[in-house]
Formats: sequence, C-alpha cells, structure tokens
Amino acid sequence: MAEKLIASAGNNIEGTRSDCFITIELMQSGGIKLNISSKVASLFENSIKSQILDFCKFYKIKSANISIDDFGALPFTISARLEAAYRKIMHDPIEAYLPGPNLPKIIATDKNRLRRSRLYLPGNEPKFFPNASLHKPDGIILDLEDSVHPANKESARILVRNALRFLDFSPSERMVRINQGELGLEDLEQIIPQNVNLILIPKCESGEDLKLVAAKIDSICEDKKLKHKPWLMPIIESAQGIENAYEIATASNLVCALAIGLEDYTADIGVERTKEGNESLYARLALVNAAKAARVQAIDTVFSDVNDMDGLQKSVFEAKSIGFEGKGCIHPRQIPIVNRAFLPNEKEIEKAKQIAIAFEAAEKKGLGVVALGSKMIDPPVVKRALKIVKLAEENQLIEKSWRNES
Amino acid sequence: MRLMENAAGRFVPDEINGEGAIPYQGINGYKPEGRKHNPKIKSCSDYPTDGNKLVKNLKTALLKAGLRDGITISTHHHLRNGDLLTNQVFDIIHSLGIKNVRWFPSASFPCHSHLLKYLEDGTINHIEGSMNGPLGEFTSRGKMKGMGVLRSHGGRYQAIQDGEVKIDIAVIAAPTADFFGNATGDRGKSACGLLGFALADSIYAENVIVATDNLVPFPCLPWQIQGNNVDYVVEVDSLGDPSKIVSGTTEVTKSPDRLLIAEYVAEFLDSAGIVKNGFSFQAGAGGTNLAFALFLKEKMKQKKIKARFIRGGSTKYLVEMLEEGLTDYILDGQTFDLEGVRSMRENPNHVNTSPFTSYNYHGKGNFASMLDAVVLGATEVDVNFNANVVSHSDGLLLHGIGGWQNCLFSKCTILAIPSFRDRIPVIVDEVTTLVGPAELIDVIVTERGIAINPKRKDLIKATKKSGLPIKSIGEIKEEVDQLCGKPEKPKFDKSKVVAVVKWVDGTILDSIFAIK
Repeated sequence: MAEKLIASAGNNIEGTRSDCFITIELMQSGGIKLNISSKVASLFENSIKSQILDFCKFYKIKSANISIDDFGALPFTISARLEAAYRKIMHDPIEAYLPGPNLPKIIATDKNRLRRSRLYLPGNEPKFFPNASLHKPDGIILDLEDSVHPANKESARILVRNALRFLDFSPSERMVRINQGELGLEDLEQIIPQNVNLILIPKCESGEDLKLVAAKIDSICEDKKLKHKPWLMPIIESAQGIENAYEIATASNLVCALAIGLEDYTADIGVERTKEGNESLYARLALVNAAKAARVQAIDTVFSDVNDMDGLQKSVFEAKSIGFEGKGCIHPRQIPIVNRAFLPNEKEIEKAKQIAIAFEAAEKKGLGVVALGSKMIDPPVVKRALKIVKLAEENQLIEKSWRNES
Repeated sequence: MRLMENAAGRFVPDEINGEGAIPYQGINGYKPEGRKHNPKIKSCSDYPTDGNKLVKNLKTALLKAGLRDGITISTHHHLRNGDLLTNQVFDIIHSLGIKNVRWFPSASFPCHSHLLKYLEDGTINHIEGSMNGPLGEFTSRGKMKGMGVLRSHGGRYQAIQDGEVKIDIAVIAAPTADFFGNATGDRGKSACGLLGFALADSIYAENVIVATDNLVPFPCLPWQIQGNNVDYVVEVDSLGDPSKIVSGTTEVTKSPDRLLIAEYVAEFLDSAGIVKNGFSFQAGAGGTNLAFALFLKEKMKQKKIKARFIRGGSTKYLVEMLEEGLTDYILDGQTFDLEGVRSMRENPNHVNTSPFTSYNYHGKGNFASMLDAVVLGATEVDVNFNANVVSHSDGLLLHGIGGWQNCLFSKCTILAIPSFRDRIPVIVDEVTTLVGPAELIDVIVTERGIAINPKRKDLIKATKKSGLPIKSIGEIKEEVDQLCGKPEKPKFDKSKVVAVVKWVDGTILDSIFAIK
C-alpha cells in the first residue's frame, strides 16, 4: 500500500452536471463513514449509499471516510469516480470494479461500413455520453487524448471503460481515441475488453507505430479470449506520417481507414491552418491515394467552426470530391449535414439508376457489355453505380421499389 | 378538513381556508349554476369630474381603497422578474401592521422572494396564484399559514368572474397611463407589451389602483385598461427593472438534445398533416419552444405555407414570421422581448389578447381550444399520459401553471420534454402532482423518441410512415430507468395539504402535500 491514503476523482467545478466528485480516505479503523451531498438526494440517496458500500465490499475496504459531491451523476459515472480515486491511492494495478448491469450485446461492425461522421466526445465529460447516439453519427469517439487534461488521464480511462460497458451507443459505431505511446497501450488494457468497435491511433508516424498497437490488441484478446478485434483508424498528423501513409495502412489487416489531423500537420510543416486549406492539399491528396491503394477508407479532419453550417457543407462537398469518405464532428448539429453531404446527390442517383437498369438488362440477356444508349459503360463505373443505388436505398433516398416506378 | 377522492383518483381537501371546495369531476364534468360576480355599483358623482384621479402616493391609494386585515390584494406578472411594485405594496402593508392578507397574483417570480418575510410574519396569510422558486419551496416545507391555491391563467379569470375570489384591491402596474386611469403596457420605460392579465381585476375588483412610471396627458392610447374601471391613479418613480421585464433578446436553446426535440416536434406536425395553409399554433418562450418555431418556419418557407394566426407569448422569432408573411396575425397573450413589444405597438396585425379571450373556461368559447397545435413543456409525464407542470419528482413545488392547463384543449397538444434531467426521470410511473389529465395530452416528444397517446389513432396512423422515432411511452420510460436507476419516492406528510391545484373549471384536481 502507498503512503498517501487520501485521493479524489471527478469534477466539482461550478456548473458541473451529471458528474460527481469523490474523496476517499483510507483509515486504520472506524468502519465506513459516508458523507453524501447530492442534487438528487431525495430520489437517489439510498441508491448512492448502497453503490458506495458495494464498492467497499468489492475492494475489501473496511475503514474509510468517503465523501461524494453529486451533481446527478449516473451510476456508471459514480462507480468510475470511486475506482479512479481508489486507484490513485493504491498506485499498483488493481482489479477493475465493474458492477452490473452488463455490457450491451456485442455487435461487430463491418470493415467497410459507412463512416461519414464521427462525433468526438471528451472522455472525462460524462454528461455528453448518454444522448450522443441520438444524433446518429456513424461513429462516436470517446476521446482519451487531446480533450483530456494530463492530470485526468486515468480517471477518463476508467470512465470511458464504464461507459462502453454500460451505455448502448447504437446505431453508432463504438470508437475510442487512445493516447500516444505507452499511455495509449495502457488505455487498451481497460478499453479492449469492453466491446469497442474501433480504435483511433493518434499521431501515427510509421507502420511500426501501428504494429505496436495491433500487437497489444492481439495479446489482450488472446489473454481475455475475446472473439472480436476492433478495427484500427490511424490518424496521420505529421509530414513523416504522410510519407509513410501506405505503409501504415497496410501494416495490419485491422486497419479500416486512414484519417488525417490537420491542426498538428500544419504545425508540423510550420504554417497556419487556413479555411481554404492550400497548405494541406498535398497531404490530403497523398493520404487519399495511400488509403485507396491499400483498399481502406480515407477520412478527413474535423470542421471546427460549429456555427458555420454552410461552410461545413461546402467543406464536406470538397472532401468528397477529392475522395474522402468521412469527416470529424465536434458538435452534434454537424452530424446531419455531414451524413447527408456524403450520400450521393440526386443527379448521381439518377445516373446510377439508369446504369443499374442497363446492367440488369444486360445480365438477363447474358451480355458481357453494358451499354447506355450508344455508350459503353466500363465495369468499374457499373460497380460504382450499383454501390450508389444501394446507398440510396439504405438511406431512404429512393424507395426500394424504385425499379417498378421507373 | 378531510380528504376525498376526485374523478381522477386523487385525494383533495373538502375545504380550502375555511371555504367549501368542489372536487374535480372529469373534463367537462362540472357545470356551475347561478350568475357571475359583480362589484358594487359606483357613481361618477363620487369621482372628480375633471377626470383627475391622481393621489399622492401608493400608501394613500391603498388606505383610500380600504386597506385592512384579511383582505384580498391582487397584482399581475406582466413586469415578470423586473417587478418592483408588488414588493413596494407589501412593504407599505407591512409598515401599517396589516395582517392576514390573501395575495392573489397572476403569477410570481424569483424577485418576489422579498415577500417571504411577510409570509413568515403573517402579513400575508397565503398565496392564490402561483408559487415559483423560493415561494414554492417555502410552501412545500409547510411554512405558509393558509393553504395555497394554484390556478391557470384561465382559471384565474374564471375564479374572479364566478366570485370564487373577491378582490378587494387590485393594484395594476401600468407602463403608461393618464390621470383618469386609462393604461397601456406597450410603451414607456417599463414597457412590457400588454396588460391582459389585469383585465378581470379591472372589471371585477371592488377597488382598482393604477400605478405608473410614465404619466401622459389624457387620453392614454391605446387604453388596454379602461379608466372607467379605475378608482385611483398613482405616479411612482419606477415600476421595475426594464432589463428583467422583457429581455433584450430571447435566445434559442443551444443544447443539441433540446434542438433535436424541437426538430422532432416540427417534423411531427408536418408528418401529421397539421402544417397547412391557414393553420394555427402556439408555442411558449422556452428555449426548446423557440427552436421549434424556427424549425417550423423553415418548413413553412420551403412549402410556401402561411398560418392564419400564431398565439404568443411573442418573441422576435414570431415577429419575424409575421413580418415575413408567414402568418396573418399574432394573437398575443404576453410579450417576452423588445421586438415583441415594438411589433405590438406598431403592427395592427399583432393583436393583444387576454385570459378572457384565450383561456376562460366559463366564457362562450375561448381561443385555446381553436388552435391546431400547441407545444408545451412539463416537469413530469406518467406512463398514462398524465402530466405535471408545478412540482418536480423530488416533490418540491417550484412552478406556476400559467396558461398551460388552458392550452391542453388545443386540437393537438404536444409536450416537448427531455426524458430525464441529470439523473431525474421526467417520464415516471405516476406524476407527483396531477395538473394535466391524460385525455387532453396527445403527444410526448423527447430526445429518445415520440410517444403518441393511444387515444389518438388518427395521429398514430398519419405519422406511421414518417420515419420519426415513434415509440410507446413505456419503451421510453424503460430506457430512462435503465440509465438512471429506479428513483425512491419523495416523502410527504399526507396529513398536511399545503396547496391545491385547481382545474380550469374551479374544481380541485390535486393536492400538494408538505414535504418531510
């Protein structure tokens, strides 16, 4: 046991909501003494009390003074804050405290599923977690990296782990952005067993970086006998990373996409990031090319002006036009715009429908060549058209029965 | 006092502050008999022939009006949280050693927590109207001497008109008035829009005092309050704090979850076929409701649809719709921002209304029931669609009813609410206090989905293919319980009724018990 026997975790700054601040002081004797102050005491005081006592029982804590300043934290947050405070006292690794109710049912995701929008949620801010999926981003990123203060890295890791275990983020893909380096590998220990669909690896510079993470995941999965491994989305944020983009994309068959992060990239090449983005054009095109060569998705950076919806839409159209398939979101209101803009537009759908009909007619007649009027259609064009039609059907842009109508 | 069970299955007292009380008998169940209340006949020979009813100060006016122990004093909330006048009135009453006053405001605001000390020392016996914030908590803790009575805006008009509440002195804050007592709220440094909440008082109170901080030469036009009903006029330095009377601008919510709710409401109304040329709607000034109006506006513009009228609480957003030709009229009951006040003053199609025209249940009809749709909030809704707007799940009384009960009579009543606030569930098994009976509540829109009252088969059918997340209310509740855990019940002292909730017809719908 460590020398310092008192520690705190959580938030209690003014305006805190859906979180709590917990202080644990381990004592030699005297039993468990609780000091509960809660905004929701009249409805949940007993529930909070029994949760803390259960926690003490789990870690065999016999004597302690535990105080909680609660601002309507949900149970998964309370247990995360308890564990985080206890970990600070204990230093050494301890067993994870994972009370029920359990894991949402495991749904592995498809490697090529739509990843148009991914919503970043700061990993130490539980108030954003329960409702994020209601805005229907293709992916929700619980972020342990840049949005978490260095002092809160472990608290956030425990909180994110509990959120993955307790919350159902469907229909969104469950994503976590881990930290760089050693810290990131420690993140994986907690995160991987909790049914995460995709890991974002920040500031990825080489195939080696990627392989380190993949190997760690392999060993955890083997250790815990986990069937599903998460997909990997390396984020390339430096000149070196761009040079190695293809190597990174092909370093593991778990890589499903390459993403680009432009704040760090522009800093790395020593220029300001502009709205026009001329400074990053080469990097973005290079990344798209590397991704396509490796047969993985190319994912664009975030659009950071949450009030400029027109600018966002323009930026998505631009990204789509050069081959990107997704964009980062930092506010839920950006999601519908991004999702819609990455879907095919009316003109594209109309053309695709014609090609699809011509293709089906040719197949029926046993013809090897698809023609539209007097024009021959190349096989890759046919393939793209069929993909567009399928996307349009799946997203209710056209009725499934459109063939009967036309 | 004993408790009896009413038609909604709630236990309510058989008397209130010594007077008999009628239990709720169902929607349209109670039909009163007899005639309306009337104040005594007055003669113009008792008033100055030159029309000048100015007296020296508020104290003089109150004394001339017969201030004494045990009387009923009415005030109004059109100055909202900027109201200084009501506090001044009770400072005077207290300084004269008057006791046991029944305060009959049309609503109370946090600024009125100044009056807590007068509730403590017996200057005020009890409040009939609304008990917001600190006044509500004071009531909930069982500290008020008499029993509180909560009424809707329409219910207040009904209670005055039926003689249930006889007002001895009405004090009307008038942002502009003349010495004869004609008064308007649409101009002056304390401009608030309109004075509709004081209309009944001006007609039925025994004594009417108009207090103004902007005295103009006769005639004051428009005369929202007619001087012919007024006994005394007082000039004061200031009625209140203009920045708290109306906000400079009202702000739409920035919360993504509330925006989602607002968007769902607009989508729902459109899918249900309610948004069409000539339709009408009402939405309050809460952040979610404002956002709803903006989403609806976009839809109306896209589809080139024009409303016949919108009922306010008006804000700059409704004013823009009027000025952009998206509605023929705003029928306004209350003005929330400076743009609303300006529009009411300048635009003849921005019309002021009152609880008489809009909400009064004992009138020959009212506007609220004619609306195609209304969007309201709530503190709780239960799985049977009963709703609460006055107390929270923790049992504390914190809000008034406002026009909420009256609005339930619209053709499509939508409650737009989050399914939980922090850890406090909003969708519950049984409401803490019944304020809105399930029969009148058609749709609950939350961020987790939309629940339609099973009675509204037409709405269920119309929106079946809308693609909206339509769920049963039980499903939404289950999701919330899963997140929050099962709450305990607040502990009440069931022997102590601290206030009652009246239905729009004057019967008693529910009791509020002291919190332990």
